[in-house]
Amino acid sequence: MPGDVTSTCWSCGTMRAEHFCSACGKVQPPVPVDYFSFFGLPRKLNIDVPALEREFYQLSRKLHPDLYTGADAREQEWSLEQSSQLNDAYRTLKDPIKRTEYLLRLEGVELEEQSKTATEQARVSGQVKKQVVPPDLLEEVFDLNLQLEELRTQKKMGEDDPSLIEEIGRQKLELEEKHEALLDELKRHWTEWDRAIDSGTEADRLKIRDRMVDLLNRRSYLRNLVRDVNEVLESGA
Amino acid sequence: MINERIVGIDLGTTNSLVAFMHGDTPAVIPGEDGLNLVPSVVALDEHDQIIVGSGARKYLIDTPERAIYSVKRLMGRGVEDVQEELKLFPFRLAEDLQAGEVLRIKLGDKTYTPPEISAFILRQLKRNAERFFGGPVTKAVITVPAYFNDAQRQATKDAGRIAGLDVLRLVNEPTAASLAYGLDKKKNGIVAVYDLGGGTFDISILKLHDGIFEVIATNGDTHLGGDDIDNLLITIALDDIRGDLGFDLRRSGEGVQTIRKAVIEAKIALSAQNSTKLDIDLPGGKRYQREITRELFETLVQPILDRTVAPCKQALKDAGLKPEQIDEVVLVGGSTRIPKVRALVEGLFKRTPHTDLNPDEVVALGAAVQANILAGGSEATKEMLLLDVTPLSLGIEVAGGVTDKIILRNSTIPASATQFYTTQVDGQANVAIHVLQGERELAKDCRSLARFDLKGVPPMTAGMPRIEVKFLIDANGILHVSAREQRSGKEAEIEVQPSYGLTDEQVESMLLESFDYAEEDFRQRQVIEARNEAETILTALDRGRSSPAWGQLTSEEQWRIAKLEKSLGDVKKGEDYQAIRKAIDDLNHATMHLAELIMDSALSTALKGKTMDQADLGEGPAAPHPVAKADFE
Repeated sequence: MPGDVTSTCWSCGTMRAEHFCSACGKVQPPVPVDYFSFFGLPRKLNIDVPALEREFYQLSRKLHPDLYTGADAREQEWSLEQSSQLNDAYRTLKDPIKRTEYLLRLEGVELEEQSKTATEQARVSGQVKKQVVPPDLLEEVFDLNLQLEELRTQKKMGEDDPSLIEEIGRQKLELEEKHEALLDELKRHWTEWDRAIDSGTEADRLKIRDRMVDLLNRRSYLRNLVRDVNEVLESGA
Repeated sequence: MINERIVGIDLGTTNSLVAFMHGDTPAVIPGEDGLNLVPSVVALDEHDQIIVGSGARKYLIDTPERAIYSVKRLMGRGVEDVQEELKLFPFRLAEDLQAGEVLRIKLGDKTYTPPEISAFILRQLKRNAERFFGGPVTKAVITVPAYFNDAQRQATKDAGRIAGLDVLRLVNEPTAASLAYGLDKKKNGIVAVYDLGGGTFDISILKLHDGIFEVIATNGDTHLGGDDIDNLLITIALDDIRGDLGFDLRRSGEGVQTIRKAVIEAKIALSAQNSTKLDIDLPGGKRYQREITRELFETLVQPILDRTVAPCKQALKDAGLKPEQIDEVVLVGGSTRIPKVRALVEGLFKRTPHTDLNPDEVVALGAAVQANILAGGSEATKEMLLLDVTPLSLGIEVAGGVTDKIILRNSTIPASATQFYTTQVDGQANVAIHVLQGERELAKDCRSLARFDLKGVPPMTAGMPRIEVKFLIDANGILHVSAREQRSGKEAEIEVQPSYGLTDEQVESMLLESFDYAEEDFRQRQVIEARNEAETILTALDRGRSSPAWGQLTSEEQWRIAKLEKSLGDVKKGEDYQAIRKAIDDLNHATMHLAELIMDSALSTALKGKTMDQADLGEGPAAPHPVAKADFE
């Protein structure tokens, strides 16, 4: 029911109040809505970010706690909750990756296994991280890991093979380029998703949803890999 | 409600200021001494009265064990955090401190927590403002370093409460400065604020958009500032003195403070001159002299200044900006007067920084602007709105001692995050949550904010309860937590164990103590003043007795005076200032005739050839009224 939150203004009784009453302008108690609904947007991924920013500023000028210092405790509380919702929603929706991840979560997908936390948890507990290497990267990652291992050993011995470092640096650059390219691919998925929302079937949506999940997993895999490479390159002898 | 009197306060490491919005321009409120800056120095005088500001400075040298400066460095910190500080600053902590306990600092034989000492400074500022307005001031906006964590912010808010101030908002110092700068320049663009103060460094990058001041990224170091430069110079001087003169002054509080005063003067001089001289009188009649060139000074302080570079680069990176995209750079804090600092900032941002506002005052002025916005705004501020960020990520400790970040740094505040918890054991009634702040991956490397105990979870099989915990960072950058068990809809009770901070009850009791102090201060002042006056009247009476006029009194008058003199002498030993006052009045009254007689004799002396001007009216037995001082016009 995006954009459909209706109730009665607590102050003047007028119907169809949203963040504030359309009749008397009073801030309203926050209603649990998703971030898209908060801005009155459909669950689509192509968003006009400059327009979102304008809306964010406009709502900030009405909801921010600074404007309620003299109001009663109830209104202060609501303004605090409403403006934190506004900030959370804006922060999530303005960023292409966070926006996609958020939408996927709304669609019931757990994206945890590739997360940084899972990586760190695995590192600390000594368990192998349950992370699936994307098949098209398998060979490359295998080579890279061998070279990283070699560099680690060299560094421990206080040696430094410039050609090895150069080779690893070159591969890192390639990974970064791949990482970048995935964003363009993701944006193509967005358009398909938005079309499926307008006129597609449930099956269409599920298909695109899964493609996006796959893409985000590949992307975070690449990001972690680049991070690991940086760690080894930057670590002291 | 509109234009309620809300002041803006810059509670600084070295100096503090109070400002207000005077029409359309913010202005600093001077103290009784006419100066805008109140040194953040607190001392306990010989009568155990608290002295704040310039008056407290002399105690730093005379009785260093009864004075404290730079207490801001200790706000919101535990004993294990301040070991480095203790090597460099003459802080005297109470001996019985436990790890995790709020610090207590010794002043003379009393101990105070850092929020209480800050409260003494705030109370002085409050008094200055009250004298200026001629009425009470109870509401304030107080600035804090942008990089202050939750505990440091909470400690600042506690200090305000202890001082009897309703702290309506904590504003980040660099952001406040941008408000002061932005007031008359209604421009859009990206601004970087470089704030190097006495003890803290902040860098903030803001986007200005039609009156909205949106912070995009902030970074800093809450233990980096002019103090560090002073300490470096002090160490060098101490080493020199030990080497050349064979004096080890490191343990002498007085010696170190004398050197500190001299190096600060030298540091300031070197911002304007190419060379200056340290010339310090040492105990035992020796002197330490040394020439310092600006070149040498710059080489010495370079490592300290370099520590500001990484935070600047990180802030740019977080903001997703290149130095060339910064439109304006603003300098804040006394340490930015150093030419080398200006050169460093110019190099970093490829811009000549703005320095048109006094770097010592700009933060307080900005706080006054924010106070005006909160009071309902005026013509000058009606379009202005500040959107600040949280400087540090907020996390929860999860299995394996790992930090799970739930609100990332540089998130616009207020910001919130919701987490779901469940139980591990059947019928488990409590769930413990450990909240952390910081960027590191492991919980042990982050700052522990608090431990929460969710209590009264309804008895269910393990894993069944679904406890929703909401973390909310308010517009002051302070964390609030609430919890609800979803299956039963029951509000879970939360018990907060702040890792470094005062509990509400402690703050309340300090608040009461501070009221007691206010009364105690007043009473003590009255006693001291009354005693001084009694002393004056008794001395004058002694002189009167030796004048010829004494002999003209009746013996009954003489007897009466002697009786009252004795009772004043007795009562002035006590603490009852009202009784002392009454005894003074009685004695005054009884000596009225004596005073008249002395006056007459003075006049007749004058008529014998002297003019009134030449007649010695102020001294000795010839004074017109040797007893009652009120007779002088």
